[in-house]
Amino acid sequence: MSQGPEKDYEQLRVAGLHAFYGESHILHGIDLVVHRGELVTLLGRNGAGRSTTLKAIMNMVGRRTGSIMINGNETMSCQPHHIARLGVGYCPEHRGIFSALNVHENLTLPPVVRSGGMSLEEIYNMFPNLYERRFSQGTKLSGGEQQMLAMARILRTGANMLLLDEITEGLAPVIVEKLAEVLVKLKNKGLTIVLVEQNFHFAAPLADRHYVMEHGQIVEEISAAELESKQAVLDNYLGV
Amino acid sequence: MTMILGVPVAVLFGQLLLGIINGAFYALLSLGLAVIFGLLKIINFAHGAMYMMGAMATVIMFDALGINYWVALFVAPVIVGCFGMLIEYFLLRRIAGQDHIYSLLLTFGVALMIQGILTNIYGVSGMRYSMPDLFQGGFKLDFMYLPYYRAWVIFMALVVCFGTWFMIEKTKLGAYLRAGTEDAQLMQGFGINVPLLISLTYGFGVMLAAFAGVLAAPIYSVNPVMGSNILIVVFAVVVIGGMGSIAGAIITGLLMGVIEGLTKTFYPEFSSAVIFLVMVIVLLIRPSGLFGKEA
Repeated sequence: MSQGPEKDYEQLRVAGLHAFYGESHILHGIDLVVHRGELVTLLGRNGAGRSTTLKAIMNMVGRRTGSIMINGNETMSCQPHHIARLGVGYCPEHRGIFSALNVHENLTLPPVVRSGGMSLEEIYNMFPNLYERRFSQGTKLSGGEQQMLAMARILRTGANMLLLDEITEGLAPVIVEKLAEVLVKLKNKGLTIVLVEQNFHFAAPLADRHYVMEHGQIVEEISAAELESKQAVLDNYLGV
Repeated sequence: MTMILGVPVAVLFGQLLLGIINGAFYALLSLGLAVIFGLLKIINFAHGAMYMMGAMATVIMFDALGINYWVALFVAPVIVGCFGMLIEYFLLRRIAGQDHIYSLLLTFGVALMIQGILTNIYGVSGMRYSMPDLFQGGFKLDFMYLPYYRAWVIFMALVVCFGTWFMIEKTKLGAYLRAGTEDAQLMQGFGINVPLLISLTYGFGVMLAAFAGVLAAPIYSVNPVMGSNILIVVFAVVVIGGMGSIAGAIITGLLMGVIEGLTKTFYPEFSSAVIFLVMVIVLLIRPSGLFGKEA
């Protein structure tokens, strides 16, 4: 087993990505690279195109041009269900918990796409609340529990790159702390994580690098080491 | 002779039985419509034509190839189901995501074409299909006579309805269907081949209709327009039950058959309208249907 992530392996390379919903042009040429084992955030104001970037990677937007390489494979012509099979786990904004399914069914719904995923037992150990409520209707859980469920179900699949969209949105501080612990654990396991986040204080201590987005473009790239020196620039973009 | 409310018991139970039989067909057909609507979000106006094709296939296969009822019970739904999957693949898929009205008109058009072609070839007078020998005769109960075949229809309809309900509510495949009904895009993002699931679901819904058609062949008049007659009633049943509920479609189907049967006993003139009266009342009180989720 290799110790530590292979930092020079490009798990995701997006180049010149444009995305459209009908007539509206949302992304205007995105370029970004994520290496294996990295935790990278997409920061920016609402409407900057961060969620759309994740959706575009999943082929869930209307039309796309440009290039998206996952593990060295061009995916622009892939159907959405083939993208997950490349080891991508997607956790949508608003969580996407199915109300017609109970917690256990929600958890086991996504098919296993790679070996090496967490077993049900490990997942229930990590999220004991989910075990207690495994026969409850998925949407009867609290917001925090639903978020845990949305995370847990993509950990089971063996996906080694997680695209997480606003996972702390609207959650109590104690839950946000728990999520930070989970992310640290996942990072230590060598998973690659792309995090769309509004809560900068949540993201800052976890991330290796930050991409700042505005008007559908990436306007700044800041590594963890540069955070302090570029704080003023960042504040300006995020409007804090 | 014993009477209930001025009606001989035998007559009452006889009508009740016919009601349950009709209800069994309503249940099978509205079940298929509900399954299709759930995942594809289309109102399948070709459903009556698929039911008719199931019955016609049974008769034609017997006349041309001597294929008996028992074989037809499996083969006819499979053939019609495959035909449905072709319709889905070549036609419905092209208009996926458009307004309901497109799929409604498209399936209606497909139904008219199938009906028209078969009418041209076979006419509308009805084709003869004799009851399998095994079903000659019936149970002589104290209060009524129950022909074997009628009992068989009720039994098979219940088995298929329960089986479908079980598959959808209790199995992994059913979980895919239920989840796909809520958010098919996310399902596909998890790596599930949703386009294939959609084809199979449409094929399965159509198979249920064709299966009802085979059951109908020995007791109803088999002709190219038999589907359009029953479909209007089935749509009323679906509206009453509420779109999207599997159990609701089954229960409402049986219930409406019984209500129709009872009306035939006590006020025959009104029997063909009673379901539509119920529909109006339900729409006024609970617009999303008896088992529908509140919008």
